[in-house]
Amino acid sequence: MTDIAIEAKDLTRTFGSFTAVDHISFEVRTGEVFGFLGANGAGKTTAMRMLIGLLAPSSGTARVAGHDVYTESEAIKRSIGYMSQRFSLYEDLTPRENIRLYGGIYGLTRQQIRERTDRMLARLGLAGVADEQVRSLPLGWRQKLAFSVALVHDPRIVFLDEPTSGVDPITRRQFWELIYEAASAGTTVLVTTHYMDEAEYCDRISIMVAGRIGAIGTPADLKKQFGVDSIDELFVRLARPAEKRIPDPGSPIPDPYFPSDTKP
Amino acid sequence: MSALDGLLRKEGYHILRDRRTLVVLLALPVVQVVLFGFAIRTDVNDVRLAIVDPAPDHATIELRNRFVSSSVFRTVAVVSRTSDLDPLFETGAVQQAVVFESGFASDLESGEPAHILIISDTTEPNTGNLVQAYALAVIDGYQRELASPRRGASALAGAEAGSALAGAKVRVAIVPAVRMRFNPTRESSNLFVPGLMAFVLTIISSLMTAISLTREKETGTMEALLVSPLRPWEIIVGKVAPYLVIGFISVVAVLVEARLVFRVPLRGSVALLLFEGGLYILVSLSLGILISARTSSQRVAMMGALLVTMLPNVLLSGFIFPIESMPAALRVVSYAVPGRWFVQIARGIMLKGVGLEYLWLETLILAAMAVVLLVASTRSFKERLE
Amino acid sequence: MRRIFFLAEAEVLHILRDRVLLAQVLIVPVVQLLILSNAATFEIRNTPIYTVDLDRTSVSRGLINHLAASGHFQIVGTAPSLDRANEALLAGTVTMVVVIPHDFEVSLRRTGVAPVELSLNAEKGSSAGIVQSYASRVLAAYATELSPMRASPSIDVRVRGRYNPTLNYRHYMVPGILVALVTMIGTLLTAQNIAREKELGTLEQLNVTPITRGQFIVAKLLPFWVLGLLELSLGLIVGKLVFDIPMRGSVPLLFGVASVYLAVALGIGLWISAMVETQQQAMFVTFFIINIYLLMSGLFTPIDSMAPWVRVASEVNPVRHFVTIARAILMKGAGPAEIVRPFLFLAISAVVVLTIAVRQYRKRAV
Repeated sequence: MTDIAIEAKDLTRTFGSFTAVDHISFEVRTGEVFGFLGANGAGKTTAMRMLIGLLAPSSGTARVAGHDVYTESEAIKRSIGYMSQRFSLYEDLTPRENIRLYGGIYGLTRQQIRERTDRMLARLGLAGVADEQVRSLPLGWRQKLAFSVALVHDPRIVFLDEPTSGVDPITRRQFWELIYEAASAGTTVLVTTHYMDEAEYCDRISIMVAGRIGAIGTPADLKKQFGVDSIDELFVRLARPAEKRIPDPGSPIPDPYFPSDTKP
Repeated sequence: MSALDGLLRKEGYHILRDRRTLVVLLALPVVQVVLFGFAIRTDVNDVRLAIVDPAPDHATIELRNRFVSSSVFRTVAVVSRTSDLDPLFETGAVQQAVVFESGFASDLESGEPAHILIISDTTEPNTGNLVQAYALAVIDGYQRELASPRRGASALAGAEAGSALAGAKVRVAIVPAVRMRFNPTRESSNLFVPGLMAFVLTIISSLMTAISLTREKETGTMEALLVSPLRPWEIIVGKVAPYLVIGFISVVAVLVEARLVFRVPLRGSVALLLFEGGLYILVSLSLGILISARTSSQRVAMMGALLVTMLPNVLLSGFIFPIESMPAALRVVSYAVPGRWFVQIARGIMLKGVGLEYLWLETLILAAMAVVLLVASTRSFKERLE
Repeated sequence: MRRIFFLAEAEVLHILRDRVLLAQVLIVPVVQLLILSNAATFEIRNTPIYTVDLDRTSVSRGLINHLAASGHFQIVGTAPSLDRANEALLAGTVTMVVVIPHDFEVSLRRTGVAPVELSLNAEKGSSAGIVQSYASRVLAAYATELSPMRASPSIDVRVRGRYNPTLNYRHYMVPGILVALVTMIGTLLTAQNIAREKELGTLEQLNVTPITRGQFIVAKLLPFWVLGLLELSLGLIVGKLVFDIPMRGSVPLLFGVASVYLAVALGIGLWISAMVETQQQAMFVTFFIINIYLLMSGLFTPIDSMAPWVRVASEVNPVRHFVTIARAILMKGAGPAEIVRPFLFLAISAVVVLTIAVRQYRKRAV
């Protein structure tokens, strides 16, 4: 049982008459790097929000880190880390202050906070800018730092929502190195992305189309199964028919006028 | 459909979709009129009175009855010592106290001066004064009545003697015959409506416009507009037009409500009033645009709008507080406040029924302000774009 | 518990590094206080009047001198005819026209009674009634002067004003304005702040942590609560230095009440932030609501003058109660016993408002 980190069965979320997530079922094993792929509006962000306790499901079941998402969502939060796409760190605080804040919220002792801060900054090469406000750091550094902060409390599972958007290829590669490090230390990683080449980095992937899981398995198996050379091709083949769908309101690109609108 | 039409339509959608802002925009004028009509008043009636009467006699009782029957006063406490008054005043239970001394009636009869002490709560000076004046009037009335039977005789005698002033023991009375012009009932509602129109317009045309424009900047959508084929003046018109419309609607709403609910008069020309209102809207809009041109932060825009438009237009325009009562420095500053001119104009039109022949100067000033500010704001906006 | 400390610490850092907010807290209120206190007065000074003396006797001139000497009026002109005076009234250059009839002295000598006409421009505002009462008093004082030494029966009336002997309008307004400022800080900044976090998405990040909503709210509100009290201190200092406002009662008591009041104001800000999505909405809605509260609070105009239903409605207005308490403590020297009733209301409101606001806040959307 403890080697299933995340499981969902017929997980569904509707907004009025619109079904954003349509009876999805999948499992993520402990220590896996699981890629959650799909077009914008396919429902992956909504699905993730249900798993991390930001949104209540409409129906179906799901368990994260052994806890039920309906009744134990607060317990889940103790065991997970999260990196959102829109925001990761407070820009007017320094890296040190950001780490301290989250460390404190997750219950680390001052000693622990100090140790992990030093370790983290050294690993990322950010020791020199530890006391400069985050807003002055380039995007790539920020994203890597955000990822580390999401792991500051050694969570069993970490959820990453489009963590490499807008970041240059070299930084992306470095980022994935960090992900591998975490995974080999036993942390389960669920990452959503629309960079199909990153799909190749994952142990297993699922592709969501119009609220449903169109494909799930290891990248190699899927390519063989569908007879394609790249995940990119697979994605296009699955996603094409669903093009006309109304965009997922939980999509990470916010409407500038109504940023937290979750209703269409 | 031209680019400008498209922009206007988008702005329209924004406003209609943003229900919370819409509710505020529509409810604001309605609520303001009601509040000003019923809450912002300075009339004094129903004064809570305390009586200190250590030795009641027929005279004190008589006088006490007169206070009550005057319908202005209401006796809420009768105590025997002045020291008992303290908590009553401090809690606000009592606004005024009438303190008699013992032997009041006997003093009156023997021709000795009978003493009364009136203690008024003058925390709010004007209420304190008015309440005091009312009390004095009651006492005066009583005293006059006591004196009158004897007065008739000696007055005639005095007339014969040629000088009633020197001879007879009479009190001289100079009686004011009061005429309240232009607002006979002195309804406070009549007074605030002009100022309220200015206030509502300022909120909509300056405050909300400034915040809305800077919001576009903050979210970055302004850049998209700037890169489009829209010319700068078109962007301004497009963004600002909805608030212009809402502003007009609000002013009309205020007027209609004021007339229906409070029967505020409109003795002059409606067309002229709306024209002047239009001028004022232009002034406010320009200020809103100017403010938004100088900042990209909504919060700064709000602060700026508050300090530069709302505060002066509410406080220094004569809307609530009379300009004559202000210190000289503020009186001078008020000349630069557009609201001051508009309030003067609107009051003139509504309450006095006068037209341009009396208001030409104020109109000119308002128009000049509108022109200057419009030019300044468009230029400022364009500058920021380049 | 420690979580509150960490989050509050971060909040304080945010505040200290936020120049806009510091301006909102330090500059704007002081400016408002200075202008408001100077402008917000119904005092009658230098009211322009016209006199029309149709009698032209020493007695009538005496009356005019009395009016001029009273300090309330400024005689802009003495017209020989009514027309000019009426013009002035119509044009708005004078507030009152005093017309002394041509048989003024004769009437007084003969009957002891004479009328004087006061024509007031009532469009200028509530001041018309006050101007009239000042004018009447001048008339009455002059009449008493003209009267013989002893008229009998005589009632000797002494008057005493309590709490504001100099009739200084600012002493009345400043405590109320301080309340308004503290309210603005408490409610607006809270609503703005949380709405901003919503808009930027930083709130989401906190909602995914195990922090409870109670801890979150306390950590958020605590810094603003402190700011509110600082604001009050700043306001009191300015009030004392610039306007020499009375502080007859216990200032610590005032701060104690303010602490409870701020809880209400912050709670309302929190509640507003829960029902809006953007900063813009937060600003508009807060402004709208605070406006209503302020107008019905007795800050600008006395509660006793309000229409009955408004007076009743204002019983549930926390601003009204704090204004009453502030004036009672500062101007009347009231102690705890005298402010029990309004304070009780504030205390209950604080509990109710905060409970509702906390309940309303959801970490997980339904």
